[in-house]
Amino acid sequence: MIRIIAALAGLVFAGVALLAFFNGAYTALTEEPQHSADHEFHLEAHGPKGGFSFDGPTGNWDIAQLQRGLKVYSEVCSACHSLKFVAFRDLEELGYSEAQVKAFAATKQVPGIDPNTGEATTRPGEPTDYFPSPYPNAVAAAAANNNAIPPDLSLMTKARHHGSDYVYSLLTGFTDPATFEKDGKRLMEEFPDFTTPDGLYFNPYFGNLNLAMSPPLVAEGQVTYDDGTKATVPQMAEDVAAFLTWTAEPKLVERRQTGWGVLVFLLFATVLAYFAKKQIWAGVKPKKKA
Amino acid sequence: MSFPWAKEYTPASGFTKWIDEKLPLPRFVYNAVGAGYPVPRNLNYMWNFGVLAGFCLVLQIVTGVVLAMHYAANAQVAFGTVEHIMRDVNWGWMLRYMHANGASFFFLVLYLHIFRGFFYSSYKAPREMIWLLGVVIFLLCMATAFMGYVLPWGQMSFWGAKVITGLFSAIPLVGEPIQVWLLGGYAPDNASLNRFFSLHFLLPFVIAGVVILHIWALHIPGSSNPTGVEVKSESDTVPFHPYYTAKDGFGLGVFLIIYCVVVFFLPNMLGHPDNYIEANPLSTPAHIVPEWYFYPFYAILRAFTFDFILEAKLWGVLAMFSSILLWFLLPWLDRSPVRSGHYRPLFRIFFMIFVADMAVLFYCGGAPAEEPYVMISQIATAYYFLHFLVILPIVSSIEKPKPLPYSITEAVLGSDKKAVLGENTQPAT
Repeated sequence: MIRIIAALAGLVFAGVALLAFFNGAYTALTEEPQHSADHEFHLEAHGPKGGFSFDGPTGNWDIAQLQRGLKVYSEVCSACHSLKFVAFRDLEELGYSEAQVKAFAATKQVPGIDPNTGEATTRPGEPTDYFPSPYPNAVAAAAANNNAIPPDLSLMTKARHHGSDYVYSLLTGFTDPATFEKDGKRLMEEFPDFTTPDGLYFNPYFGNLNLAMSPPLVAEGQVTYDDGTKATVPQMAEDVAAFLTWTAEPKLVERRQTGWGVLVFLLFATVLAYFAKKQIWAGVKPKKKA
Repeated sequence: MSFPWAKEYTPASGFTKWIDEKLPLPRFVYNAVGAGYPVPRNLNYMWNFGVLAGFCLVLQIVTGVVLAMHYAANAQVAFGTVEHIMRDVNWGWMLRYMHANGASFFFLVLYLHIFRGFFYSSYKAPREMIWLLGVVIFLLCMATAFMGYVLPWGQMSFWGAKVITGLFSAIPLVGEPIQVWLLGGYAPDNASLNRFFSLHFLLPFVIAGVVILHIWALHIPGSSNPTGVEVKSESDTVPFHPYYTAKDGFGLGVFLIIYCVVVFFLPNMLGHPDNYIEANPLSTPAHIVPEWYFYPFYAILRAFTFDFILEAKLWGVLAMFSSILLWFLLPWLDRSPVRSGHYRPLFRIFFMIFVADMAVLFYCGGAPAEEPYVMISQIATAYYFLHFLVILPIVSSIEKPKPLPYSITEAVLGSDKKAVLGENTQPAT
């Protein structure tokens, strides 16, 4: 009885699933498949030539690069993007001394309370403060940016697929849709109706190809590096992508170094466990025939 | 509870004698996972995953309890407290990655454990109760994992909670009130987050309780084995300790190596980038997908796209729940007297198709809801139900199994000269 009921239930479920299949197959055969520009002309993110210093299981931070990236963030990105999970004190990990961090924090104005009147005001930052947001709230951020709120950058490289490469590709990827081609096909020939609306900017690395952010890195020397590195656009993009990788995962290198120690220990312990098992079982395993 | 030749616990010192009289806990452990539990001598490495699943449960409870000390279940701050754990708590990044990936590895181990049960028919008499309790454990793990994924309050947390609780709204008449009751509101918010945290903390201990019943039920008939032939004499078994403690120790080492490679080098590989974006009710992610371990069931849910008498959504919900609940019927659907798939040639062919079918469902569950993935998952879903509910009962009735070895000893050594219960007192050498 139980098997008859089960078989009936199975046939019903399978039947309805197959009905849905034939319905879907009929639709697929009778309707032209929809092609879209963002589906066919989207580009996969790629890293800078030679990759990042922290790529791979033994990669490490390039401290000088992180410092340059901080400068790019401070002078360019921070005009619109917050970095709310990073505190000034964290910058000591980038090789700055306590005094340098204190001085850097003091150059930033953070929200505070007037000790005399109790009214909201601003005060110079302390090392324990977090990077301040450029806008007082989301409404102000939207109002100042054509209704597109600039996202917080603290976790950006973990919040996108291949995040470090994505940030680099996006920053260097702004181009003219009129001449853009992928695999020898021109966007404007395949999709003559494609337009980039006013206030948006064409970027093939962005999901729907039109991005609300104007190209932030436009000219060589836009940032003056303290270490004398030539501030080309790809260089600035690489540096800030590295910096944002650090802000998203400050324990990245510590994690991998711990991991190597753990793996060496585990390999050793597992080899011992293997031989222990072999010896214990030696008596009851059948002898192999020669 | 055990075989007549099981070794008996003998307390060695005055202190252990005293303990044994007042509370025989050492005796209990000795009989459960010590030398007092005789186990078939021919278990292969597929029998490692029960112990590994137990290890995963303990790992999740230990890391989870410490994480809970630093986490706050409040929609305003939850996302921030997770970042606080990642950045400011000593070893917080390691605890969180161990816990998040621990859930994935827990499911990996559970799936292999269940796969073992399917192939060797571990659900058959006299082990039906072990199987039924196992399905209960699996369902509890799914509920716990789902609620745990909501806690970081990222985009996938929020929208996953919305989609999954939204399934209940497909129930006619009472669906909407049930969804509101589950969430404590019309959309996931503080009330939902708080109750999910509370239940996520509670359920692992419920799981631990059912695990105890699962192992208790196991110790009555004893472990199954790859031949499916029941234990006949002492030469068929070895004591659990030291033989299987050593084997499980090695298995645990291999498991930990793979697990630690992921935790320390690829901790976000199994997660979704969208969950590093704070929950935003006003912005729907392009693809809402659950964690990988729910993919096959998510594929079944989405395969029903056609209104046939009932609404397509309701079909999907019914099918998804039925796809797991039907496992409860397995002991009575599979009629073959032979347990092991090794001796069931016809079953083996369909079992291989079933494994491939599950792989397809896994793939389709993670793919975007567009063609051809939907059509593929519809075929795979149909086969899934046909396999368990139609093919398995028929195949098990008509197939002619291969001859079984007389005993486990014969299967291992090629001959069993004294295969009579109790007579074979010396383990074969």
